[in-house]
Amino acid sequence: MAHEAAAADSQYNYDIIKRFAVMALVWGILGMFAGTYIAAELAFPFLNFDTPQITFGRLRPVHTTLVIFGFGGSALFATSYYVVQRTCQTPLSSNMLAGFTFWGWQASVLLGVLGYVNGYTQGREYAEFVWPIDLLITVTWVAYFYVYVTTLMRRSQPHIYVANWFYMSFILATAILHIVNNLAVPVSMFSLQSYSAFAGVQDAMTQWWYGHNAVGFFLTAAFLGMMYYFVPKQAGRPVYSYRLSIVHFWALAFLYMWVGAHHLHWTALPDWTSSLAATFSILLLMPSWGGMINGIMTLSGAWDKLRTDPIMLFLITSLAFYGMSTFEGPMMSLKSVNALSHYTDWTIGHVHSGALGWVAMISFGSFYHMIPRLWDTRLWSKKLVYTHFWLATIGIVLYITAMWISGIGQGLMLRAFDDYGNLAYTFIESVSFMHVPLVTRMLGGIFFVAGILIMAFNVFMTVRTAKREQAEIEAKIAAKMAKAGA
Amino acid sequence: MKFRFAHESIEINAGLLIALTLVVISIGGLVEIVPLFYIDETIEEVEGVRPYTPLEQTGRDIYVREGCYTCHSQMIRPFRDELLRYGHYSLAAESQYDHPFQWGSKRTGPDLARVGEKYSNEWHVQHLEAPRSVVPGSIMPNYPWLSETALNTSDIEGKLRALKMVGVPYSDTDEEYQANVERFGEDAAKMLDIHTAEENLIAQAQAGNYDGDRSNLTEMDAIVAYLQLLGSLVDFSKYDEGYFAEFR
Repeated sequence: MAHEAAAADSQYNYDIIKRFAVMALVWGILGMFAGTYIAAELAFPFLNFDTPQITFGRLRPVHTTLVIFGFGGSALFATSYYVVQRTCQTPLSSNMLAGFTFWGWQASVLLGVLGYVNGYTQGREYAEFVWPIDLLITVTWVAYFYVYVTTLMRRSQPHIYVANWFYMSFILATAILHIVNNLAVPVSMFSLQSYSAFAGVQDAMTQWWYGHNAVGFFLTAAFLGMMYYFVPKQAGRPVYSYRLSIVHFWALAFLYMWVGAHHLHWTALPDWTSSLAATFSILLLMPSWGGMINGIMTLSGAWDKLRTDPIMLFLITSLAFYGMSTFEGPMMSLKSVNALSHYTDWTIGHVHSGALGWVAMISFGSFYHMIPRLWDTRLWSKKLVYTHFWLATIGIVLYITAMWISGIGQGLMLRAFDDYGNLAYTFIESVSFMHVPLVTRMLGGIFFVAGILIMAFNVFMTVRTAKREQAEIEAKIAAKMAKAGA
Repeated sequence: MKFRFAHESIEINAGLLIALTLVVISIGGLVEIVPLFYIDETIEEVEGVRPYTPLEQTGRDIYVREGCYTCHSQMIRPFRDELLRYGHYSLAAESQYDHPFQWGSKRTGPDLARVGEKYSNEWHVQHLEAPRSVVPGSIMPNYPWLSETALNTSDIEGKLRALKMVGVPYSDTDEEYQANVERFGEDAAKMLDIHTAEENLIAQAQAGNYDGDRSNLTEMDAIVAYLQLLGSLVDFSKYDEGYFAEFR
């Protein structure tokens, strides 16, 4: 058996994984830098420099697209190709199609953001891509689905490992969401502009069904797939509860699709829809915490690893943030809480405790595990992993604390009345109040960017060392061969 | 034990896993989205709401292009503070011709659903060019290029045709024009005619003189025309206080 596995190992397509992993880091650095820059623009508006291409309104979609689809998407392609090959013990079914998914995805992200800075956008949050790019994404996604499923079918053992269920559900859900939400009529064949097929209230509902499930499936289910492979691997222990993984998988997949309308509380969306969404949002706490508990408890009996293994620290901290933000989310979906939190920075803070704390941290941890294995070497510096961890964690804490203060503060100011029943504050007074939290948030961003830069350096040195080692071995072999030949 | 056995059959069958996942993830969206197209009370019956004129629609496209929705909502909620600050809460009917909707999700700046007719055209021009010159402490970017960029009017017909395909009642035929006259009145119906779209766009911009400079048409004309329209179509004094609550 061991011999067979070793033989299969050499046949795995690691090349495609390496490429996606490197691009994930490239987009991550650019996207997080863009995020920090727009944070700075809000604190110091002169940074817009009267230049259309870099105003906040155009750069904000650049930030979200680069981090969600560039960084997150590439990390998911990389890890899903890694996990599906290793858990199925079979190479990818088509290297050519896998290569196509790489170029299709990278081109979509690059062309998308070039479009935004030049004013080409659909004006739908997290779905700003113009229609030709939407088509390219669709084709790329079909190829991804095909490669993933056919690889799964070629697995050398009967059982499909749980990580693959999550990746599979992410691929399916993303396909449905992307196609329905981007239904539109172009102005002409040669125009990048199009008009959404739906209007007003139906459009809002469709968009937030998409928007929240971009969180639910793209940023949660798929990353749970990552968690189900890399946490047990790094811990060297089996998943805590097999039954829990079954129950929380189906519950999560079912419940998430109902909750999007909690983004539309108190709007012109009918009350029945948003109340339904709030109900399901509260229910969603259970499968979310099911996943968190299953991940964290996988470490039971090996807690000491947290003292010695910085990768484990990343993975477990990410699950802690996942638990925190999936508690905060249902709370914010309560109509009474939402009345205060909606439209404020509290939402932004919540998103980032999920996006930085959960998505980015689990990706970093998984990459630190995966990258040395891809290049058949060891991490260049464990110390730098610690440095990265603390920079990232401090950055997140600064970020979300600042956003709680500015969000809750602004929410309270805008609903305050004086003794005569008049509004106590003007809008601009709440903006002035937010200055200090906005600067603090920017600092949090700088910490986080510094962290990923250190990671990139560490990865670069790891790969360089691996290549040097490889070259040395090859030189030795060549020398021996020459000797033997002589 | 029966449960475990049953689930194992899914775990060894990729096709079954995919099929069941598809079923499970389809239900929520179907239940929440589809009825919104069929339940009549979803959109209020209210007088005054009409599709955008060519100039207003062009302004709206600029609003979308610049990503205004990343900082401004267009959706007033039914709270007392929002009533005092912005006006009557927004109706679904008021965005029924919005492709895409621009309700927004964040108020880094104030809500704009009823900003129309609150300030003068001159105020808007100055505010867009240099927000801090009229609102000290504002963190909005300057938009000086709006006054400097000539307005593109040539593609308006194609835009209205695309919007017609997604359901906005711009008129192409005589019957459609007559229907619009009955529904929106003659003045509005003229503005909704696809064939005269470009003339109408230029005429409205010149007559309105939104950017304060009659010599040329700029993007500022269009965006100010759009902003001045926002929330001004429904006359709320015509309706009882309880009337709109029936639709929530």
